[in-house]
Amino acid sequence: MLLVGCIALLLGWMGIGLAGLLRPRSVALTGRFLFPLGALLGFALAGLAAASLVGGGIERLIVPLGLPGLPAHLRLDPLSSVFLVLLGASSGGISLFAGGYFRAGEGTPPGLLCLQYHLFLASMGLVLIADDAYSFLVAWEVMALSSYFLVVTQHRMAEIRSAGFLYLLMAHVGAICLLLSFGVLQGGSWQFTFAAMRAAHLSPGWAAAAFMLALVGFGAKAGLVPLHVWLPEAHPAAPSPVSALMSGVMLKTAVYGMLRVGLDLLGPPVWWWGLAPLILGLLTIFYGVLFAAVQTDMKRLLAYSSVENIGIVFTGIGLTIVFAGSGMKAVAALALLATLYHCLNHSFMKSLLFLGTGSVLHATGERNLGRLGGLIHRMPWVAWLTLIGTLAIAGLPPLNGFVSEWLLLQSFLFADHLPHAFVNLLIPMGMALVALGAALAGYVMVKFYGVIFLGQPREASLAQAHDCGWLERVGLTWLALGCLALGLFPLQVINALGAVTRQLIGAAVPQASPHWWLLAPVPGRPVSYGPLVFLTATLAVVLLTVFGVRLTYHQRVRRGPAWDCGFGALTPRMQDTAEGFGQPIRHLFQSFFEIERELPAPADRAPHYRIAIRERIWKLAYEPIAGAVERLANTAARVQQGRISIYLLYSFATLLVLLAVALMS
Amino acid sequence: MTHLSLYQQLLDACAALLLLLSFAMLSQRRVVTLVNLYAVQGAVLAAATLLLAWRTGEGHLYLSAALTLALKVAFLPWLLHRLIRRLEVYWDTEPLLNVSGTMLAGLVIVVFAFALAQPITRLTSTATRSAIGIAVSVVLLAFLMMITRRKAMSQVVGFLSMENGVFFGAMSASYGMPMVVELGVALDVLVAVLVLGVFFFQIRERFESLDLHHLESLKEHE
Repeated sequence: MLLVGCIALLLGWMGIGLAGLLRPRSVALTGRFLFPLGALLGFALAGLAAASLVGGGIERLIVPLGLPGLPAHLRLDPLSSVFLVLLGASSGGISLFAGGYFRAGEGTPPGLLCLQYHLFLASMGLVLIADDAYSFLVAWEVMALSSYFLVVTQHRMAEIRSAGFLYLLMAHVGAICLLLSFGVLQGGSWQFTFAAMRAAHLSPGWAAAAFMLALVGFGAKAGLVPLHVWLPEAHPAAPSPVSALMSGVMLKTAVYGMLRVGLDLLGPPVWWWGLAPLILGLLTIFYGVLFAAVQTDMKRLLAYSSVENIGIVFTGIGLTIVFAGSGMKAVAALALLATLYHCLNHSFMKSLLFLGTGSVLHATGERNLGRLGGLIHRMPWVAWLTLIGTLAIAGLPPLNGFVSEWLLLQSFLFADHLPHAFVNLLIPMGMALVALGAALAGYVMVKFYGVIFLGQPREASLAQAHDCGWLERVGLTWLALGCLALGLFPLQVINALGAVTRQLIGAAVPQASPHWWLLAPVPGRPVSYGPLVFLTATLAVVLLTVFGVRLTYHQRVRRGPAWDCGFGALTPRMQDTAEGFGQPIRHLFQSFFEIERELPAPADRAPHYRIAIRERIWKLAYEPIAGAVERLANTAARVQQGRISIYLLYSFATLLVLLAVALMS
Repeated sequence: MTHLSLYQQLLDACAALLLLLSFAMLSQRRVVTLVNLYAVQGAVLAAATLLLAWRTGEGHLYLSAALTLALKVAFLPWLLHRLIRRLEVYWDTEPLLNVSGTMLAGLVIVVFAFALAQPITRLTSTATRSAIGIAVSVVLLAFLMMITRRKAMSQVVGFLSMENGVFFGAMSASYGMPMVVELGVALDVLVAVLVLGVFFFQIRERFESLDLHHLESLKEHE
């Protein structure tokens, strides 16, 4: 029944999308009516999926859709339910925001945008409930295409078109790998339902090949280094609600696919498979956070931060597989829990941050951090709600980011029990990398928030900035509340997620503490975390301090100019800039970046400072590949002469050769 | 030496005429004459069909003979003549391969076609044994003509002549195609010629000539 409800809601999304075409230029219809309606459907979907998750059952349905003889198999189980909850709950907030965000103007008209947007949502939902490779890949491709059109909303700008092309290219490289992976997974039965794939017996070599292909395919979609290059291009190009949806939700469908293939379709995993996602994940964390630290474009910064978070998620997947393959079920369940929890968290906090940048972008027209600043005075709603997301993604308790990273680090601590020499010594080092990543993420977020919202406005035009509208506020508030709830009630979330760990690993994370507010998830170790206790203690300290200061404060206010070191007048441009804040990282990890810098000469009257930071990976990997492809294409293009006689000659020669072959045989 | 009936001799004569006409078309550079040759080829084809219809007594072959006569002898040549007058293309320019070279290539093709038709001829029990080789030759020769010509008009005639070959082949191998297919093909040819006629005007308007080498500039350049 729940599955039928989910399908109805997905169809409802499609209906809303089509309704947008009725009056494609009407902002009132799409913005005030259709997008909020889509948000309601999203909340309903989250509710249905949550009910299914709590119930823990599995529902199947065969729908005669698509090609004749190939009906669509659909299935709702705990794993898809978790991701449906994520899809519904995050997209609900994003849709509400989008209702106030999209306006008429350049680029795609709002009605068409509404169609693409809701098609995107519906296809993501279908990816999550598909139970055969055909429906999965069709939904996967619809997802890629609809999001491509959303990315190139401002298609009149050449750089946005090229960002869209890069995204489409990577999406297709990934899809090819998935196609091959499913081809291997069917194991000679030529049945492409997931049920047949679960039943298929693959030889160890083929199973590993299927896993690695899936890792590349889903990794390209998720943004795993070195396949992440489209993220920093596509996210800034897309309108903010679309960036939020792509980063917050779409990347998670890739995680879903990886879990589905790695832990469900392939049967019990082999432990060493997990090393690939683990190592790539650790690399991705480090790489993403370093590049986030040196960005000067706020959306690009968030895109790299998404890369980092995907690294955390894939590290979790890797650990899960290593532990599960080594028979340590309880610890594997803990790692899987951390993975799923981080997916949920990231979908809320990253959507919140992207939407926050969207509001800033609307209010100021500026994406460059160097031209922002002091917006907390002009846009208090956006600033305070974004602050919650910023703190959450920096991993500070009692917000949600802390819980999942803490769980992940806890599961790392069991790596020394692994029965494999060296591995049990090397994996704990990965933990240090995760911890470093978390610390640097905090640094990045201080930069992000501080430069945009704190201090003084760097440009005079920022005085005109206005706060966002009420629909946008509702959307942002919903996501911020999500961050808070996920942070304050981890035990309830973990209990709900237990259905998934039982389904995939066959074990659940034990709860060692009898108290509902105390989280003690680690088997055999006396560690616990009580977010409400932490919140109470923090609030108490803050309130006491405020109270104490008020009490002892002498109440005499003296206003005077700030001391400027005898330097002359201070201007807002003398504040620490994004470049300046990132400089230590740039200096320390110089070898990671390809830096192009123009420094002014000492005697220069109009000094100009410019720095461009690129990824070395372009020169090392992508440009050689692109060059080789182009050379190959040019060679093939010689066939194309443009003369009809030559083309006819090709047909003629082909005909003669075929006839000759027929004659010989 | 086998004795051939009058009917068979007449049919072979038709087939030979078709092949001869194909060679004539291959060497002809005047577009008007080319269209006339095409009309004659159509007439011979109609005659052969009629002969076959009379011999086998199949009703639909009469119909197809009438269709051939109407379409390939009367209507299409009239249409093409009109096009030639309006577009003022009376001559094709020097072909890509000179006439004697083309004829030699044609000879090789005919030998190849007969070699190709041999296994089929051995199997078939119809009265039209040698016809299949000729049909294949007509198709291939028309193709060769399309390759060597520069003007769009000659290529259309080549295309139509190719269809004649296919028609003759089908007729001699299995007493014609089913009526539906035949009607469909006839309609296709008609539409193709009409569309190509429109194209000619467009090409001429764009390049002020019907010479196809202008189309080379449409190629994508690096």
